[in-house]
Amino acid sequence: MFRNQYDTDVTTWSPAGRLFQVEYAMEAVKQGSAAIGLRSKTHVVLACVNKANSELSSHQKKIFKVDNHIGVAIAGLTADGRVLSRYMRSECINYNYTYESPLPVGRLVVQLADKAQVCTQRSWKRPYGVGLLVAGLDESGAHLYYNCPSGNYFEYQAFAIGSRSQAAKTYLERRFDNFMGSSREDLIKDALIATRESLQGEKLSSSVCTIAVVGVGEPFHILDQETVQQLINTFEIVREEEPPAEEPQPAPEQDAPTDQASGSGAAAGDQGGSPMEI
Amino acid sequence: MTKQHANWSPYDNNGGSCVAIAGADYCVIAADTRMSTGYNILTRDYSKISQLADKSVMASSGFQADVKALQKVLSARHLIYQHQHNKQMSCPAMAQLLSNTLYYKRFFPYYAFNVLGGLDSEGKGCVFTYDAVGSYERVGYSSQGSGSTLIMPFLDNQLKSPSPLLLPAKDAVTPLSEAEAVDLVKTVFASATERDIYTGDKVEIVILNASGIRREYMDLRKD
Repeated sequence: MFRNQYDTDVTTWSPAGRLFQVEYAMEAVKQGSAAIGLRSKTHVVLACVNKANSELSSHQKKIFKVDNHIGVAIAGLTADGRVLSRYMRSECINYNYTYESPLPVGRLVVQLADKAQVCTQRSWKRPYGVGLLVAGLDESGAHLYYNCPSGNYFEYQAFAIGSRSQAAKTYLERRFDNFMGSSREDLIKDALIATRESLQGEKLSSSVCTIAVVGVGEPFHILDQETVQQLINTFEIVREEEPPAEEPQPAPEQDAPTDQASGSGAAAGDQGGSPMEI
Repeated sequence: MTKQHANWSPYDNNGGSCVAIAGADYCVIAADTRMSTGYNILTRDYSKISQLADKSVMASSGFQADVKALQKVLSARHLIYQHQHNKQMSCPAMAQLLSNTLYYKRFFPYYAFNVLGGLDSEGKGCVFTYDAVGSYERVGYSSQGSGSTLIMPFLDNQLKSPSPLLLPAKDAVTPLSEAEAVDLVKTVFASATERDIYTGDKVEIVILNASGIRREYMDLRKD
């Protein structure tokens, strides 16, 4: 995108009625690594792709616990994301202090959106370069929201943001009708499969993805690596491009390493029916 | 014309006594459950004990509205700590935080007399005792509140601590077993109840050890 003469600061409109700086900020979100969220009636699952800069460094933290009933996954400028998470945590603590009850998710996202909007209308500020998938539970049920740098927010049944998120979104669009009634396990499985879509060819393992869950009777928490790896193995989610070179393994084996070629998805004894046959 | 004195006070004393005893691998924190004002009883069933962190439990007597406010502030601060450090606050850290929080209101104090009990980072019992503005000290046992004048000398007699001025510093924790310490606490409250009108109804005893946290109650005289 391109040099426009109306994109120098955020307080300049273009003749077409656009704020380019805000749109550029949304681009920053698309450059970040993928983050995915889906929800059922009682649970919300967040998943994200963890890309470390090099083998020597650790992964960037992209999922944050905001309170026992709210968590957030970010894509884009993670530093901005960290700062916004801190704000969200602070708001939850203050609300709880005053009202001795958890902050309803819908209120939090509005506050977040208003905060983002301010940065689109001050000449000395810049928009936050991060998209947030806010997952939370309150009296009105389980919710998933997406907050943009523009200050807009939307509620979703399922969504994906960041690079190569379109592949995940395509998968989610096909399956989202079932999500409302899904069990917790099915929801996590769908999240893992959607994450695998975003990886586009790379092997899905617990070292490249992070999963977090919040639900009725289950405070927000990030699943540890072993649990995630076990779930991946159980669901027998393998690299979709692996040719069925060796003997296909029809029976789901808990201990089977994920890179054992079990052919394309259709051959595997996948519990929920294999989704991926493009 | 003599100086006019205020006929309204922002404070009230809701009475009650608190005790804490540190053992080698446990800590006992206890407080009675009577809440009074003047010569009246407001309720016989009010907890003065609050668990601030995994291994820190605070018992506070004095003005319960200030105590409640103090508990809320510490609770919120602990949450912030957990977000920043990804772990629970240790008891000595909480002790310092409590001291700072109290001193923060040096010129309009929390009318709260606190004892903080818990396990330190080595798993040994620790007790910290405070005044209303945050002066604190780590000790082997302590009592605060309306019955403390009756309780403290008895604890001194039973648990005599080595002087904190000795060098090298001697361990203040009691050699008593957990069951013996709980028994001592029950005895101490039964005695204080006899002569202190503000102490009675029930004693709530919280025991913190390596396996976690446990609560016991004992009935006291209701007069």
